[in-house]
Amino acid sequence: MSDEAQELIGDYQYGFHDPENSTIRFDKGLSEQVVRDISELKNEPEWMTELRVKAYNHFMERAMPEWGNCPMLESIDFESITYFLRSSDQTEKSWDDVPADIKNTFDRLGIPEAEQKWLGGVTAQYESEAVYHSIREDLEEQGVIFLDMDSGLKQYPEIVKKYFGSVIPHSDNKFAALNTAVWSGGSFLYIPKGVSVEMPVQAYFRINAKNMGQFERTLIIADEGSTIHYVEGCTAPSYSTDSLHSAVVELIALEGASIRYSTVQNWSSNVYNLVTKRAHAYKNAVVEWVDGNIGSKLTMKYPSVMLLGEGAHAEVISVAYAGKGQHQDTGAKVHHLASNTTSNILSKSISKNGGRSSYRGLLQVTPRSKGCRSKVVCDALILDGTSRSDTYPTMEIGNPSSDLEHEASVSKVSGDQLFYLMSRGFTEDEAMGLIVNGFFEPFTRELPMEYAVELNKLLELEMEGSIG
Amino acid sequence: MRVVSEEILRIENLHVSVAGTPILKGVNLVIHRGEIHALMGRNGAGKSTLANALMGHPAYEITEGKVFYKGEPLEDLDVFERARNGMFLSFQYPASIPGVQVGTFLKKAVASVRDEPPKGRAFRKELTTAMEKLSMEKAVLSRYVNDGFSGGEKKRLEILQMLLLQPQLALLDETDSGLDIDALRIVSQGINEIAVDAGCLVITHYQRLLDLVKPHFVHAMIDGAIVHSGGAELAHELEARGYDWLDVAA
Repeated sequence: MSDEAQELIGDYQYGFHDPENSTIRFDKGLSEQVVRDISELKNEPEWMTELRVKAYNHFMERAMPEWGNCPMLESIDFESITYFLRSSDQTEKSWDDVPADIKNTFDRLGIPEAEQKWLGGVTAQYESEAVYHSIREDLEEQGVIFLDMDSGLKQYPEIVKKYFGSVIPHSDNKFAALNTAVWSGGSFLYIPKGVSVEMPVQAYFRINAKNMGQFERTLIIADEGSTIHYVEGCTAPSYSTDSLHSAVVELIALEGASIRYSTVQNWSSNVYNLVTKRAHAYKNAVVEWVDGNIGSKLTMKYPSVMLLGEGAHAEVISVAYAGKGQHQDTGAKVHHLASNTTSNILSKSISKNGGRSSYRGLLQVTPRSKGCRSKVVCDALILDGTSRSDTYPTMEIGNPSSDLEHEASVSKVSGDQLFYLMSRGFTEDEAMGLIVNGFFEPFTRELPMEYAVELNKLLELEMEGSIG
Repeated sequence: MRVVSEEILRIENLHVSVAGTPILKGVNLVIHRGEIHALMGRNGAGKSTLANALMGHPAYEITEGKVFYKGEPLEDLDVFERARNGMFLSFQYPASIPGVQVGTFLKKAVASVRDEPPKGRAFRKELTTAMEKLSMEKAVLSRYVNDGFSGGEKKRLEILQMLLLQPQLALLDETDSGLDIDALRIVSQGINEIAVDAGCLVITHYQRLLDLVKPHFVHAMIDGAIVHSGGAELAHELEARGYDWLDVAA
């Protein structure tokens, strides 16, 4: 164990998991049998097995989305993917297999070697799991349940059965169906009535083997009047030889509850990141998605909130950074299904080196929802002539009593800004890094400090050599 | 009696074009350390062009002539290298950098220009002292660089940067515009402090700045060239008589 990890963990020794020594490895490709085998291996209740199978059948029948990036979606080879891996299998990879540019970025970000190996998919990192468990103990004193999803299903089958798939049914979309069929890992979090968790709860210190699978499934239930801030992800590039990441995240904010879910993800550029995130917000509840997307080949992700009760509020703040060969198709969806509900959407994107960022948003106010207010702001920054930005906002407004604002801007870095900064001693790349960090600042300031610092550093690295 | 000291800037027959249009048509000027030079002239005469070209703005193309900074050809230096070698331009219209806090910006700028990066506590003290000199509120540090600043606030921030960066050649482009008389006095003190050890080129239309920042030399620019030079008294004359008499003389 590293000294740093030891310092963080202190004398707490009980959180360690022994490496699971199973050598089970599924063949590539998907079939009903693979789905049943996953469920059996996990010793799941029958209802979950049947749900998986049902989802599998739906996945097979369901067409690909006809939006986002169709050619890229069509190029996914579902038969070449391994749908279930024990974490011990990951140790079979060699550090030498991790691409040099990714190792280099680890070094530049100052990530300790042990963690680099985890991030590179070479080893499972048990140190961080230990930290995760010690945080969990504090939460337990408040009656908060914080488990990985598999354990959640084992220990709290009634709660899981009630809510699992209640926000995002398996039939929601092709990738939600896939996730429901083969999900593994993810977090299960229940916050009891009136409990306010002050510290942001992190899925892992930086990362946690169990929580960051390809098909993780997260379920958070904030009971009446409770408050939680959940943080997942990391700014270091997550290298995966498996090219498909398809997660499902369901949030339930009951009356007067407040959930903030913050994510920063930086996938390596071979990854398809196709994630469904949705929340139910009941009366006077608040749901905030803070969502940062860097890296990947194609990301399609539109955190959404269904405002189900009067006075509920949704906040979606997202940034996307699209570099060479990347397409970030991200945005937000808010459904005003009750009166006097409010929402704010802020989306910022940067495109560079031929990258493409798309904002895709849906704002819906039903005819019966009176007196709703919403503000949507989309800002795009394009750093060169080969990059691209699109905006696809959809508004379905069912009655005239609502107050809606929509602002969109596309800008380029001005020569005057660059000259001004360079006249103060910054190189062109450094100047670009400052401008880009400034552009993302409304997002960055919402993140816990360590994430903000890392994100800024990462963007500065990304700017190096960006100007030809 | 002034002792002529080290040569900071030598401009020889400088011609500069912007988008193919000639703006400067043969500027000659030498500035020594410790000298304050005032450059006056009508709008469009080429004063800002000279300042921007000296700092290395890519839109300003040098078509003829030479510039030497501390004896070395200036053209060899990129914009940031000019800054790191002690050149400073106080902008007439400073750009705003949304999302970047003044405090962060100042610290990074100082770190980029100095050989030794500033230490936390020592830098804070230095910053506080400089801000007090300019009667600036601490709250400025958490605002975004020039974003939503009034004209006067921008100019004060320019001078704050100058105090921290301690340039050897300060180019001040209409630093007095947008300042009320109190602010002008404060800003002038900042310029005078730097001017002791630096060469200064002060571009202005007005005598009121030159009453506070006393120039050793005053130059009148007309149509891209310096047509007349003199001592501090020339500024009074230009303010009283305008530039038409020089047009005739030229």
